[in-house]
Amino acid sequence: MGGVYILSVKNIKLKRDGKELLRGVDLEIGECEIHSVIGPNGAGKSTLAYLLMGIGGYSPEEGSVHFNEEDITQFTITQRAKHGITLAWQEPARFEGLTVHDYLSIGAGGTGKVSENTLRHALEMVDLSPDKYLHREVSEALSGGERKRIEMASILTMKPKLAILDEPDSGIDVVSLKEVVALIQDLKKNGSSVFVITHREEIVAASDKASLMCDGMIVKTGSPAEISDFFIKKCKPCDVETHDLKGG
Amino acid sequence: MDVIKLDTSAEFTAMADAYERSGGDPSVLKMADVSSLVVSGNKILSANQTEGVVLEKESTESGVDIMLTIKKGYTIPNPVHLCFGVLPKEGLQQINVTMIAEEDSSVELIAHCTFPNSEHVIHKMDGKIIIHRNASLTYNETHFHGKKGGVEVIPKAKITIEEGGRYYTGFTLVSGRVGFLDLDYEVDAGKDAICELNAKVYGKGDDKILIKEKVFLNGENARSVIKSRVAISDNAVAEFTGVTEGHAPYARGHVDCVEVVQGNAIAKAVPIVMVDDPLAKVTHEAAIGSVDKKQVDTLCARGLEENEAVDAIVKGMLK
Ligand SMILES: Nc1ncnc2c1ncn2[C@@H]1O[C@H](COP(=O)(O)OP(=O)(O)OP(=O)(O)O)[C@@H](O)[C@H]1O
Ligand SMILES: [Mg+2]
Repeated sequence: MGGVYILSVKNIKLKRDGKELLRGVDLEIGECEIHSVIGPNGAGKSTLAYLLMGIGGYSPEEGSVHFNEEDITQFTITQRAKHGITLAWQEPARFEGLTVHDYLSIGAGGTGKVSENTLRHALEMVDLSPDKYLHREVSEALSGGERKRIEMASILTMKPKLAILDEPDSGIDVVSLKEVVALIQDLKKNGSSVFVITHREEIVAASDKASLMCDGMIVKTGSPAEISDFFIKKCKPCDVETHDLKGG
Repeated sequence: MDVIKLDTSAEFTAMADAYERSGGDPSVLKMADVSSLVVSGNKILSANQTEGVVLEKESTESGVDIMLTIKKGYTIPNPVHLCFGVLPKEGLQQINVTMIAEEDSSVELIAHCTFPNSEHVIHKMDGKIIIHRNASLTYNETHFHGKKGGVEVIPKAKITIEEGGRYYTGFTLVSGRVGFLDLDYEVDAGKDAICELNAKVYGKGDDKILIKEKVFLNGENARSVIKSRVAISDNAVAEFTGVTEGHAPYARGHVDCVEVVQGNAIAKAVPIVMVDDPLAKVTHEAAIGSVDKKQVDTLCARGLEENEAVDAIVKGMLK
């Protein structure tokens, strides 16, 4: 397949505490592409997301990660962020004393780098009233769903080249799934590539490309329709040797 | 309204400057409708009392004796401002203060303590606070120290809250070096009393921090929260002791301490909870450790360097 890849992952292997969590991951993401990945619990999706972000303890034993043709395999989180990569956690951290305003400003390059209107707009985009939320703390006082929305707002204000979203749909009410889809499409419209981990068919359907991850490997990449099959066939834990996906 | 004394001397200006640099608005110290007191060393530089406030003060050999009374039934509209400081490099300042909130009164006090040039300054405060029935007293004290750390701050206070009274206090020492802090507050809470003690301290270098906060829930349905946030780095040491005893039915208390440690700093937290009434309940939580990794990673993923991320997290915690 031709085209320009913004991210190119080759044969990534990762062990933690003696356990092989990633067993030779290959992945390519194109510019302004929405690439979703599905797979059973424990397949290694979040692990892959952490590795792509450069989180401590997640550097690969083997393989490489290239971003815009630069080898970033050994880059720190900050270096990757400065190159335009960011991550929205499956379960976002909470910060006592840090307001939504502060938090969004940090993503936007520091306080004062971006107008308050931009921050307000980002909150509106995730359906949180700016008047109600801008000066609240990103702490325990927020619900998990609110925190997920703020996480998305922070990705929007950061305008990354590559957004890694780990289950942006989890913990968010079903009614809002459409909004999550719209946000992902917005990111694309604004020039971001999106790597989105999900368990929702709707998000796969809205993607340009999708992958199926199983047992530490990406076992299939294709069109959303091809991958969506596995929601229907209920991918049973695949035969690791052959990755026989037809068994469902 | 009666302006007792308004000083425009160089010393007042210097205090007002230090006050401003420490984040205060010095213009309030000259407002006729704001009760205030400015003390430099043992000199009373200005004082003002407004309706409902009785402010008696007297200069002593090494400080001041203060008696502040909020008259029965008065809600004081503007916060009362107290400004204490020692401008020279060395000195002892002993503040003896009694505060009385009479029945059904309500007041907020804002105290700033500033020692901008300190190399060896001792600031002692002995406080006695009585909050009578259904009165409310809020006391927030913020410290601003110089960069050298030669300050000893020794605030002690005994607080009595009568039935239905409320007491909120905050002690903040996060800018400049701590030096040595030995804070000791003890509260006796009566029936339906509410009490909240907050402390935020940032220690660096070889700062030494001791915080002791004790609450005795002696009245039925008395409630308290002790909350402390301490960040220490370099070779600083901190020890927090939070005591809450529930001695009456339906008394509820909670002790909450978070200490963040960097470098070679050493932190200790000692929550002591005790209940001798079967219907009382006291809980505690204490967390000591380095800054949460996920928080740091999250801010790094937004483009901050690791040290900037730690700084933002610690500042947030101490805000
Ligand atoms: N430090 C570790 N040591 C050993 N095993 C680990 C470690 N961290 C994670 N794992 C294991 O790695 C596997 C992959 O976890 P990961 O969180 O990446 O799964 P996931 O695909 O994101 O699942 P989910 O859909 O539930 O979010 C799991 O079996 C998990 O238990
Ligand atoms: Mg996961």
